Amino acid sequence: MDVSQYLEIFIDETNGHLQNLSDCIMSLEKDPENMDTINEIFRAAHSLKGMAGTMGFKRMQRLTHDMENVFQEVRSGNMSVTSGLVDVLFQCLDAIDAYLESVKESSEEGTDDNEAIIQELNDILAAGTGAVPKKEEKPAEKEEKPKDGDENRFQKKYLELEFSEKEKEELRVSEEKGMKLYGMTVYIQEDCLLKAARAFLVFKAVEDYGNIIVYNPSSQDIEDEKFGFDFSFVFASEAELDKVMEVSKAVSEIEEVVGEKVSYKSLTAAAAKKEEEEAEAAKNAEQKKEVEAAQKPAVPAQAKPQTGKKQNTGKPVTNRTVRVDIEKLDALMNQVSELIIAKNSLVSIGSTSDGGMGGSNSQAFHEQIEYLERITTGLHESVMKVRMVPIESVVQKFPRMIRDLSKKLDKKMELYMTGEDTELDRTVVDQIGDPLQHLLRNSADHGLENSEVRRKRGKPEAGSIHLNAFQEGNNVIIEVSDDGNGIDTESVKSKAIERGLITPEQGAALSQKEIIDFLFMPSFSMAKQISDVSGRGVGLDVVKSNIEALGGDVEVKSVLGEGSKFTVRLPLTLAIIQALMVEVRNEKYAISLGSIETIEEIMADEIKFVQAKEVIHIRGMVIPLIRLDQLLDCEPEEEEKESLTVIIVRKGDKFAGLIVDELNGQQEIVIKSLGKYINNSTKIISGATVLGDGEVALILDVNTLF
Amino acid sequence: MANNISVLENGKKQFIVVKIGSEQYGIDISYVDNIVRMQKITRVPKVQPYFKGIINLRGEIVPVMSIRTKMDLEPDVFTDVTRIIILKLEEHGVLGILVDEVKEVVTLGPDEIDKVAYDAKNNKSNFINGVGKHGEELISLFDTNSIIDESENV
Repeated sequence: MDVSQYLEIFIDETNGHLQNLSDCIMSLEKDPENMDTINEIFRAAHSLKGMAGTMGFKRMQRLTHDMENVFQEVRSGNMSVTSGLVDVLFQCLDAIDAYLESVKESSEEGTDDNEAIIQELNDILAAGTGAVPKKEEKPAEKEEKPKDGDENRFQKKYLELEFSEKEKEELRVSEEKGMKLYGMTVYIQEDCLLKAARAFLVFKAVEDYGNIIVYNPSSQDIEDEKFGFDFSFVFASEAELDKVMEVSKAVSEIEEVVGEKVSYKSLTAAAAKKEEEEAEAAKNAEQKKEVEAAQKPAVPAQAKPQTGKKQNTGKPVTNRTVRVDIEKLDALMNQVSELIIAKNSLVSIGSTSDGGMGGSNSQAFHEQIEYLERITTGLHESVMKVRMVPIESVVQKFPRMIRDLSKKLDKKMELYMTGEDTELDRTVVDQIGDPLQHLLRNSADHGLENSEVRRKRGKPEAGSIHLNAFQEGNNVIIEVSDDGNGIDTESVKSKAIERGLITPEQGAALSQKEIIDFLFMPSFSMAKQISDVSGRGVGLDVVKSNIEALGGDVEVKSVLGEGSKFTVRLPLTLAIIQALMVEVRNEKYAISLGSIETIEEIMADEIKFVQAKEVIHIRGMVIPLIRLDQLLDCEPEEEEKESLTVIIVRKGDKFAGLIVDELNGQQEIVIKSLGKYINNSTKIISGATVLGDGEVALILDVNTLF
Repeated sequence: MANNISVLENGKKQFIVVKIGSEQYGIDISYVDNIVRMQKITRVPKVQPYFKGIINLRGEIVPVMSIRTKMDLEPDVFTDVTRIIILKLEEHGVLGILVDEVKEVVTLGPDEIDKVAYDAKNNKSNFINGVGKHGEELISLFDTNSIIDESENV
């Protein structure tokens, strides 16, 4: 066993603690007096320190140690939380994050000592308390532990050890050599998932100081996790007990470590002591009974830790989960896809071969097919759900980002988030972070006015940015809105004219929507000066292309002076969609139901011309027509039909009418890629699908038609 | 299986002999995944002209290319003996090519293969990396990779 196998756990946990710290520091900034938050921060810093220490990341350990010191003082009321302190703490988090990144890449923490930050921390500490009383840390820590009053549940179990002759011999020899013998019992928190790993980390830490001679349970059992929530050992060392205790406690998820110096004699004479111990325990338990009548004073051997435990840790019980490689899920998804194709072909056989079967057979056949259909749909949904993760993992870093932006831009702003638990396909969630971050930065920098302007306009001084996520049908909508200046379409227009994108005459005819679309063009930035935050013109076009690559789209609504709202629409799933099957000259195409607005039957003479383009005027809207047969290079039709089937599709606020020859109904289709050989540069065809009868239909991406 | 038998002693290789127009061509058997009968090919609009479209090969979408169009021969005529050879290339995935007929499998030793000189003027020879002599017959040997590389460049 070596530490590297725990690297992953370390990385995971550090990430968790960092996020926790970040959240807590954020809330501390708002409520500097909240003791719960301060305690939580202290605990997280302490755990980080312990983990970094056992993994041998000394720089990280030092930094977190100093953070812990500061909070020690805050906690004991010797100093108060200032905004300067919060800033430094965030710097610390960034530094730890940098260490962590480096650990992820190279398993090394890197060489940055972050002296400046440590210095700042110590300065604050010195300024806040007048001195740096490092020593105080220890007693305070001890104070916290026994506050629930049942310390006696942590028994000195090492005194109950039984020794083999060989072990006795070894103990004796060690003692004769002048080494000190220590007995220790380590209690692991009961919600700990990787007891063996913790035990190992404790052993590793302790072995820096000496040799472990006796294990209970045996080291093999410990490695196999065949033990309860405590283990004991006796070891020989030249170091002081305090030191050893400290490193053992520094391992995270260790509840308590009890230990003392022992001698060969005392150990072998354990039996007598054990009785004494039990008597003492019973006495303690009785005392406790007075305090807390509900708790049973039974001999506190095994049952005790459990009852005590349930009361003193408010932590939620860890969910029963299994980690699965995303590739395995992809494979499962593929198989479900195959199953759906097979089901579809049964459906199509069922609908065509009725004649071959007797009436009652056919009835039973249809019932079974319907049953199968229900199962496959359910299976598909379950698999999809497995792949769904809440967007929380992405958005949780935003409050911190907005806070930093607020400082940097010197504007007051608040971020309000709702719907963090909205779930999306894992692959989408992984890629949605950057676009959202861009949008938020955009709102903070371009959207919100500075406080002075806001005051003049009669708005609250602090600008607000909202991030709302929710599900709508087969889409997930994420809205990023602000109550800032809104988009000044006139100035966008003049910018576009200035840059030669349009002529002034064209500009006059543009709708507000079309003007806003300029903002999504590459290197079109409205910021008057380039700032750190945004303004290099690589924002919104990247947002747009990223989101479109995920099969989604983004829209903007803006009212000058009142604010703007960016609406990001993402598909729930990437692999299977509901589609309308259409025919164009006997070729089959699938159009995602999500983009279809209505289907209209029109007469050929209803087609009007605007700027030499065919349009229809329907329910007060003028909608451009696209003849799919021409678009898709089909053979031209000899005679014009009198009545045309038009599918009205929608992308955001824009509509288009697609003329098709026939409609073949709605179907659940599995999206398959066309492969790498085909040079599909126009992107009109986004993929293909296998139909029930084995035929292949192409999937039209109507978003490319606008 | 294909891999086991294609590497024979003395550096001999096996080729599938196919007919395209009046000529015989050999395809290195180690690249061949499958040979399927002609089936309905779904046209894909707006792609390279030599791509006939895509087929459904047991649930997988496989693009099919016309080697005739690519070599500037007259268009394919589909008959009962037309076949689609499914090539499988590492990392590139699967690709089908249309041939007029599949004749046989031959084993050629190094002494039976003449390397052809590269002829820059004749585009067609770009796809050929040798001529095999099998008895009285001559077989042009396709350079499988160049068929694919080309298709990526266009």
